[in-house]
Amino acid sequence: MIRLFLRDLSLSIRAGGGFGLALAFFLIIVTLVPFSIGPEPLLLAQIAPGVLWLGALLACLLSLDRLFALDFEDGTLDLLVTAPLPLEGVVAAKSLAHWVTTGLPLTLAAPVFGVLLGLEGDAAIWLVTSLALGTPALSFIGGFGAALTVGLKRGGLLLSLLVLPLYVPTLIFGAEAAARGMAGLNAATPLALLSGITLASLALLPFASAAALRANLK
Amino acid sequence: MSLWEYANPRRFMAVSGRVLPWLGWLTGLTLAIGLIWGFFFTPDDYRQGSTVKIIYLHVPAAMIAINAWGMMLVASLVWLIRRHHVSALAARAAAPVGLTMTAIALATGAIWGQPMWGTWWVWDPRLTSFLILCLFYLGYIALWNAIEDTDTAADLTSILCLVGSVFAALSRYAVNFWNQGLHQGASLSMDAKENVSNVFYIPLLFAIAGFILLFLTLVLLRTRTEIRSRRLVALKLRERMAHA
Repeated sequence: MIRLFLRDLSLSIRAGGGFGLALAFFLIIVTLVPFSIGPEPLLLAQIAPGVLWLGALLACLLSLDRLFALDFEDGTLDLLVTAPLPLEGVVAAKSLAHWVTTGLPLTLAAPVFGVLLGLEGDAAIWLVTSLALGTPALSFIGGFGAALTVGLKRGGLLLSLLVLPLYVPTLIFGAEAAARGMAGLNAATPLALLSGITLASLALLPFASAAALRANLK
Repeated sequence: MSLWEYANPRRFMAVSGRVLPWLGWLTGLTLAIGLIWGFFFTPDDYRQGSTVKIIYLHVPAAMIAINAWGMMLVASLVWLIRRHHVSALAARAAAPVGLTMTAIALATGAIWGQPMWGTWWVWDPRLTSFLILCLFYLGYIALWNAIEDTDTAADLTSILCLVGSVFAALSRYAVNFWNQGLHQGASLSMDAKENVSNVFYIPLLFAIAGFILLFLTLVLLRTRTEIRSRRLVALKLRERMAHA
């Protein structure tokens, strides 16, 4: 399982588009927002947590369709299904690798991008906390969506339609926690609920994803 | 004699074919009673005027919209556990009906909200969660249509329905947490102190019963269509095999 995780990690780094692409996409979104909203610093600072959360969500979505598709095409997935490692473990390792290449760099880079939108000091800490707690759920939910659409030729659009509604609770609690923390309110409740969603996704969704993969490979 | 005997497509077709015309007439009758009584023979509300009458469409449609997803959930579980094809097809048949009901509830709510709240739309928890429910229906239907092999499609949509149910419930509470509402609370519960007055209540019950019957009729009809279209596909396949 660890080896599979490392394999996915090195594949996505070497093939390019792992760390770099998601971050560049994130940067573009952050750059485009002031163009569409206007450069008012107060307004930007107010919507910054929401924008950064939305950017993380879309950047995560962008790389999802490759999570299983490449392995499906070259037959690796068939081998993994018959491997002694349970399929649930395969899904978990791959989702985790996805998080390390998209969610983690986004979380670490968020304070820098926050500065562009006028977020400074304490606000950045709240943003990083909420992203760190929430983005693993995005990768695992996304892994489920990718498992559902793996056999489809043009699954990209369908994948977004399936996955984005599932992101709603994570987005609400994540953005709410960041916004509350920045306003100096008590952010413990949304943070606790956010971690709850993440932990439950980590524990349960690999089973659903594995079931979907088995149905697809039958 | 058990319920599972109707899982046999042939038996299901025979029984549903006999029941369907009666069900159709009963639906029409109940709906006519509820809607005509509601629209023409109830007084105007002293504050809302005649706009209150949209309740006879809005409330039943909203109830069906939620419960249709519940029915799909049960049907999906039955498919995953007992692998009855009729069940999977019934879930597929119910989805567009549920989507339509969600759209009706949203549209009638907007039409009522414009004169009463002064706006077509607010980001109220109930309204928002209905919009999210609408998205779940869309995704479910899109997944059904995207996959060619029906058994695989049934498997995948059932799994999506189970996971989606959890997330839909979660969204409902998340949305509650996120924003305060403008929508009034439940006014039809059995145990509530303040309910809708009887003048409106009884025709509303007829309308609700009518919508439930309408849902049953449509789902039965659509399930029969699905079964027929699958038989057709099987027949064509057999013919092609015979010629090859």
